[in-house]
Amino acid sequence: MGPVQAGAVVLAQQPVEPPPIEYAAIAPVLLMLTAACVGVIVEAFLPRHQRWSVQVGLSLLTLVVAGVALGAYARGAGTGLTTLAGTIAVDTPTLFLWGTLLALGFASILLIADRSVEQGGAFVAESDASSGSSGLGASSGLSASSGPARGATADSSAPSPTMTRATAGVSGMRTEVFPLAMFSLSGMMVFCAANDLLTMFIALEVLSLPLYLLCGLAKRRRLLSQEAAVKYFLLGAFASAFFLYGLALLYGYSGSVKLAAISEATAGSDRSDTLLFAGIGLLVVGLLFKASVGPFHAWTPDVYHGAPTAVTGFMAACTKVAAFGAILRVLQVALEASSWEWHYVLWTVAVLSMLIGVVLGLTQTDIKRMIAYSSIAHAGFLLVGAIALTDRGLSGTLFYLLAYGFTTVAVFGVISLVRTSEGEATHLSGWAGLAKRSPLVAAVFTFLLLALAGIPMTSGFMGKFYVFSAAVTDGMVPLVVIALVASAAAAFFYLRVIVLMYFNEPAADGPTVSVPGAFTTAAITLGVVVTLLLGVLPTLAWNWANVGGFVS
Amino acid sequence: MLDPYIPLVLMFALAFGFAVFSVAIAPLVGPRRYNKAKLDAYECGIEPSPPPVTGGGRMPVAYYLTAMMFILFDIEMVFLFPYAVSADSLGMWGVAAVVLFVVSFGLADIYLWRRGGLDWN
Repeated sequence: MGPVQAGAVVLAQQPVEPPPIEYAAIAPVLLMLTAACVGVIVEAFLPRHQRWSVQVGLSLLTLVVAGVALGAYARGAGTGLTTLAGTIAVDTPTLFLWGTLLALGFASILLIADRSVEQGGAFVAESDASSGSSGLGASSGLSASSGPARGATADSSAPSPTMTRATAGVSGMRTEVFPLAMFSLSGMMVFCAANDLLTMFIALEVLSLPLYLLCGLAKRRRLLSQEAAVKYFLLGAFASAFFLYGLALLYGYSGSVKLAAISEATAGSDRSDTLLFAGIGLLVVGLLFKASVGPFHAWTPDVYHGAPTAVTGFMAACTKVAAFGAILRVLQVALEASSWEWHYVLWTVAVLSMLIGVVLGLTQTDIKRMIAYSSIAHAGFLLVGAIALTDRGLSGTLFYLLAYGFTTVAVFGVISLVRTSEGEATHLSGWAGLAKRSPLVAAVFTFLLLALAGIPMTSGFMGKFYVFSAAVTDGMVPLVVIALVASAAAAFFYLRVIVLMYFNEPAADGPTVSVPGAFTTAAITLGVVVTLLLGVLPTLAWNWANVGGFVS
Repeated sequence: MLDPYIPLVLMFALAFGFAVFSVAIAPLVGPRRYNKAKLDAYECGIEPSPPPVTGGGRMPVAYYLTAMMFILFDIEMVFLFPYAVSADSLGMWGVAAVVLFVVSFGLADIYLWRRGGLDWN
């Protein structure tokens, strides 16, 4: 005991050199985090009626400035560098993923900010929050006996003094959604740049926790929304535990949490393979959960269905980008040397994911659940590219992520427009004959569904083409054949919606199509334009995605 | 070679022994005065949640903000103590880092204070 303690004290006396930091390289992340913190201050001090406009302005402005900072840095950036003591790698894939995340975040914030489609915004107002289960300041005295306590909480929707202060109007929305989304986006940016597993875990939590909250904030159908939040939280916490356990085992195996060190340890050593296999398995399960891949998808339909549609769009697009960014980095940097151990496992997972997404997607009657299963199938396609451990596999997957993200944000933007007096009409029967009520919305939605199906002239086709051709080059012809069959089968349920919209008679009391406000229009237009542009001129993004690999 | 670990093993043995001893001895020597509260299921000091009747079984959650603040400060301490131990060697850079850490923690407290989370009524 004695000598050990003395040694520790001596160690602590030596001055510690702070690690050098490349501020220019990580400026986008720092900007986003700062803006999120400022957003919290805005929530605390600004009067209620000013918050929405300030938050929207702050979020959008920050996204633009971060994008400019990213562009300015990318112009002069070499092949990449690691900074903050090797915990963050800013290389070409990182820059591409950051650009994708910022752009998708911009579109998502536009959707979230919309207050015209749903009067006052799709998010719960503060005075409504307590009628579900929780509201800050909605407190009734903690009573020892059950009678009065229950009586007090039963009418908790009646304003208590604290709530009246926090609630100036009923129609406003909880503007906390903006800082939460910004925190989540910052977490995603760190997640796909993390060069060691511990940083990756922290980023995973930073991106997940705000998402859990955002899921529970729908104004309509509160119980469904809260159920989604709780489900996502419990399963997400479970998946985080898997990730952490895998991290611990890999640390035990290689003696380091750094991806490069794990890679070194796996390349030709006589260490216990048990630790390595168990570690890889658990770690990858945690990552695949976040990307809603294959057998780890159970949360996806419920959460996509219950969350506010704008949040679903944000989650579907950005989380998938971040999660696949991390998967790509872990597979290509840390686990490449041991690829013969896990290659066929992930091969099977990809097949399962496509199968589950397509088969269950065919049976759905709710449009949001259908898109959720479609995203599971797409996760399978993405995994095909991710396990092709070549540069083309990497750049193909990056391109696919960009293409899929924009299409998905626009899809959820359109879904939020089709409404009855009860809120969004997500049941497919409501979409019958939509083309007769609103030809433009039906046409836009048709185009987006065709992009999801992978029809030529859309970004979806180019994405699939790049990913599958990379897989073929890497010798995975059977997998690509399965993927092609799966995408053909998936096309059926997209086409079913198109047929429903064009060739069925609208129901008499069917939903109406809201005229979108400027924000939603901008988000949908952005999504459609990018989807079309990448379908016609894929080289715009491909050249950027295809310049270099990971550094570590 | 394993010397440093022997006290650790002893501590585990002691802890285990104490737990077993306490559980075993309590029914033998302790008084037995049952009342309604003692027979209730234990749920962190408050009344156990009522069974889910129609409309949902509700219970007061006013304490949750206090509990969350406690955890917040708890975690802050977890990071501040190791810093305090090695503050000398970390220098001004360490001070800057800790100030940044405390300030970002403070944001959450400010938000809580402004939104009435500290009022107990």
